[in-house]
Amino acid sequence: MDPITEGVIRAVGLILSGDPEVYRIASLSLYTAGTGTILSCTWSIPISAVLALRNFHGKRVLKGLFNAAIGIPTVALGLYLYLVLSRSGPLGSFQFLYTPNAIIIGQSILVSPIVVSFSASALESVDPELRDLARTLGASDLQTYGAIIKEASWGVILAVMAAFNRAFGELGIAMMLGGNIRYVTRLLTTAIALETARGEIALSIALSFILLAITISVSVAVNLARKPTS
Amino acid sequence: MTRRISGSAITKIEASVLIVIIVGVAAVATYAYVTFQSPGRERLIVSTTTSLYETGFLDELKVKFEAKYTNLNVSFISQGTGLAIQTAMRGDADMILVHDPAREVQFLQGGYGVNRKIVAYNFFIIVGPSDDPAGIAGKSPAEALSTIKFAGLNGTAVWVSRGDDSGTHSKEKSLWKSIGLDPTNLRAEPWYLEAGSGMTATLKLANEKRGYTLTDIGSYLLNFNNQNIDLVKLVESGKSMLNVYSVIAGDPRNANLTKANFEGSMLLIRYLVSNEGQDLFANFGVKDYGQPLFKPYLELVESNSDPELIQWIRDLAFIDGSECPDQDRYNAAGLYSMELTPPVLAVAPFAVPREIESWILSPKA
Repeated sequence: MDPITEGVIRAVGLILSGDPEVYRIASLSLYTAGTGTILSCTWSIPISAVLALRNFHGKRVLKGLFNAAIGIPTVALGLYLYLVLSRSGPLGSFQFLYTPNAIIIGQSILVSPIVVSFSASALESVDPELRDLARTLGASDLQTYGAIIKEASWGVILAVMAAFNRAFGELGIAMMLGGNIRYVTRLLTTAIALETARGEIALSIALSFILLAITISVSVAVNLARKPTS
Repeated sequence: MTRRISGSAITKIEASVLIVIIVGVAAVATYAYVTFQSPGRERLIVSTTTSLYETGFLDELKVKFEAKYTNLNVSFISQGTGLAIQTAMRGDADMILVHDPAREVQFLQGGYGVNRKIVAYNFFIIVGPSDDPAGIAGKSPAEALSTIKFAGLNGTAVWVSRGDDSGTHSKEKSLWKSIGLDPTNLRAEPWYLEAGSGMTATLKLANEKRGYTLTDIGSYLLNFNNQNIDLVKLVESGKSMLNVYSVIAGDPRNANLTKANFEGSMLLIRYLVSNEGQDLFANFGVKDYGQPLFKPYLELVESNSDPELIQWIRDLAFIDGSECPDQDRYNAAGLYSMELTPPVLAVAPFAVPREIESWILSPKA
């Protein structure tokens, strides 16, 4: 049997049989990518609001930097954070290296430029009249930002989705900061890399299908939620 | 009058669907968080070699060891020996389980490690395509490498090097040096390929390129039986092909290692040299390959079944005549009490067929 067919059969088998290790790996992947993305939003969305709605010196340069950082190689970021989180590094006392927390920190930084850039352009595309309207109705700055973010909510949600998918599918940070430790920091992507290195191609394919299935179904679910505007 | 201006704001239905998704992800995340946080269990991080890891031996060790010491959670980080040692030097691992005596000495002498124990051994072999284009079958390792070099220059053979600073890579470099070749210069040769990755990946590369490579017997059997590769064993056995695995605890007195889990490391070292730990080596792989992938060192010494082999291990892996020099022992009560007197090298009265040769025989035979 060719490896692809075998992989498909094995994937279905693994999912249906409820293999506990596969479920652990998949749920840990969801946990790190989900938490990392949410963590990133707590600073990235305010940054994007400031970037989109305020005028200040160096704004264009800053936006350019965030746009450029979208493509940062995960292994490069992983390496820098490895040196920072290492027990002999500046943040070594937290003992984060080789824990899920290290992966969450890494992924939250990785996806920040995505959330900032995408949601900033969503916010910029909101009709400027809205801001003036909110102001004339006596809204404070914060209330104005709230109204604009609400108007651009779909754009912001798509930015968050893109960020989640990037975190969920990345390998470099998970490998360098997590160490691919079984039951502790093994994610779908690192498991695929390991099983391929071990020559367990069918299992790799099975895991990759689970990865794709989760990515696609989360995206589809969000898109279904968005009804066509009447 | 609608309060919407651009028509892209969220409706109540959309919002509720989104909330369901967010709650779903949060539920999974909470489940994962609860599952993966194991409060009250101390972490023990072992940086180790790919050969031990890929065979699955360490998974079995983890299960057995944690069943006995329930407050410990062992994590294995699989790297080449060179990187594994660096990880421990930076303090990111509590102990190392590796197979490169020369680097182990540096680790001890640099003040990073204490209480080294030899735990297991096996042999390296040279594998290659079954048609053996260079014609190395049955030669000694040194002759085989010279032959491969000449065939390589003629364009009929390819050598695949690990190239990742692992213990296997060190052995490979020392073999090249033994025939007067500098491995650094070889890297420029078109017939000398560097894989730069783990043993399985290197074997697969050699398989694709129809090349020769050096491998530990465990990794070879694993991949051969999995039908990952169809390379065959061409050069095996011999003192120069010995492969010795040792375990070393991080020295808690080192500034980088003050947070290292020294007590946990010592428990694992004592476990590995106990009868139970040694039996784990002796039994691992027997069911699938008809032979252990890693042979227990202490059982060999206790039975004294092969004094010549014991002497080979001493020659290769002892430091100043011992597993671990006195100054590199720390709170090691009893660990070295069964230290062996040098085995009397029994001179065989007649030529005994080497035990290793029967042990190393093809799994399919």
